[in-house]
Amino acid sequence: MSIDLKTIKHISKLSRISVDEQKAEKLAGDLNSIFEFIEKLNELNTDKVEPLTSVAETTLKFRSDEVQSKNIREQIIKNSPEDNDDFFVVPKVVE
Amino acid sequence: MSNITSLSLTSLVNNIKNKKLSSEEITKAFVDRSEKSKELNSYISEDFSNAIDKAKKFDQNPNLNLKLPGIPMAVKDLFCTQNIRTTAGSKILENFIPTYESTVTQNIWNEGAILLGKLNCDEFAMGSSNETSFFGNVQNPIDKGLVPGGSSGGSAAAVSGQLTPVTIGTDTGGSIRQPASFTGIVGLKPTYGSCSRYGIVAFASSLDQAGPMAQNVEDCALLQEVISSYDKKDSTSIDFKRNEYSKELTKDIKGKKIGIPKEYRIDGMPKEIEDLWQKGIQYVKDCGAEIIDISLPNTSYALPTYYIVAPAEASSNLARYDGVKYGFRANGENLIDMYEKTRSEGFGAEVQRRIMIGTYVLSSGYYDAYYLKAQKVRKLIKNDFDEAYKKVDAILTPSTPSSAFKIGEKKDDPVSMYLNDIFTVPVNLAGLPAISIPAGHDASGYPLGLQIIGKVFKEQEILNIAYAMEEKISFKNKITDWWIK
Repeated sequence: MSIDLKTIKHISKLSRISVDEQKAEKLAGDLNSIFEFIEKLNELNTDKVEPLTSVAETTLKFRSDEVQSKNIREQIIKNSPEDNDDFFVVPKVVE
Repeated sequence: MSNITSLSLTSLVNNIKNKKLSSEEITKAFVDRSEKSKELNSYISEDFSNAIDKAKKFDQNPNLNLKLPGIPMAVKDLFCTQNIRTTAGSKILENFIPTYESTVTQNIWNEGAILLGKLNCDEFAMGSSNETSFFGNVQNPIDKGLVPGGSSGGSAAAVSGQLTPVTIGTDTGGSIRQPASFTGIVGLKPTYGSCSRYGIVAFASSLDQAGPMAQNVEDCALLQEVISSYDKKDSTSIDFKRNEYSKELTKDIKGKKIGIPKEYRIDGMPKEIEDLWQKGIQYVKDCGAEIIDISLPNTSYALPTYYIVAPAEASSNLARYDGVKYGFRANGENLIDMYEKTRSEGFGAEVQRRIMIGTYVLSSGYYDAYYLKAQKVRKLIKNDFDEAYKKVDAILTPSTPSSAFKIGEKKDDPVSMYLNDIFTVPVNLAGLPAISIPAGHDASGYPLGLQIIGKVFKEQEILNIAYAMEEKISFKNKITDWWIK
């Protein structure tokens, strides 16, 4: 399998990372060598294996659905690149 | 006392308890040495004057019942610290000031320790040499121009170079153990679920664990005792009976069964690593333990599995960096353009590479072939360990396939960089605890480490084995202070 520039453009769009031509070529080279390395997994037959999603041998605990943090609007807004005290501000999305 | 910074944590604690040293004296000694050690580039953010103020305050009314009374400590810059900048080594978090504290660091301050500053690391903990940090690479105190390993490279260099008595790092695929091995110190990656992940900048959530890094095993045990706790704020934190690791530490490992996995004898492994391993085997035998040959047949599939699972989780975790809620923002013509430019300018090359691998293996049409496949192989790898642990109590391997390499040597070859973690990654995939201890030197005098892997929740067991081996090895780190003018 080979990752071409078209695929790189597609992944770039999905991951919301802009990629110019030069960067795309470098990425295609890197990703191809990494995937060549990953392809080794195809040597294994895993048809009857259950996928492992968590190593923690415990069942998730239930907890009551209660608000733990109250009145933290200021804390939440504090690190935003742009806000108007009450809301995050983003470039205009509705014409 | 002329050389405070060369004392172990345990000795510093005793000196404070016996009132032979004050917190201020100790804190000033580490601040002073840190100030003289800028060339190592261990710190991203310093909090020295606050640290000295806190030390003075501690001395006025010292609580000597605490486990870390008035002990100064720098921590990896992946732990959120309230009102102290936390960058994860990334431009995208260059100005991020958390409004809350990670559970692990809170546990440390609750026992009386004092923050010195935040230590350099690979960007979002993605790297094995600390070269992916936005804040520049870290020098290994062992020799100029040598990487300290990664991703907890600043942490390893700070302990090895005596800028902090002990520290904490995080380990997703070897990020505590590999730098510990490269800098001649001890590093423990605890069982998954032992230390809370709350307030740690997330990389790969099913693999990430915080852990202690120290000059010796006893210090490592003490710090593990402090940081490990059940935490409701982390849904994968596990409620199990934790030992008092430092108090229960013993060198008596007679009759313990230690497994030697034949698959770790990889092609092209340097002879000095093989020799070190043989020496390690002899040491545990000398301690009265029994050596048993075991097989972990799927070992060679661990790295390819890791390089699907970890980037997949990272691509999801790092989706939150969008230039809206916090962190860096680049200007764009519209919302989407802003997202794309923010992430392209805010993330470094390795992080972008991993986000893209992760996005690809989770994308429509490829999920089954890559991500699901990797989760199945992960199960096989865990089964290997389960099978082995029917016969043995712990497993002994080298920590890394080589000693520390030169800065720049592997930077442009991602796969060769990834191979660094070949002995450490299987442990994270299976959620096991493992410790790296310094065990010898290569021909250049660079340190080499051995790894002891335990059963889940059996940190005490591997700490004991490490403690017994440490005495036999009597390792001396060759630090020349070359960076101090």
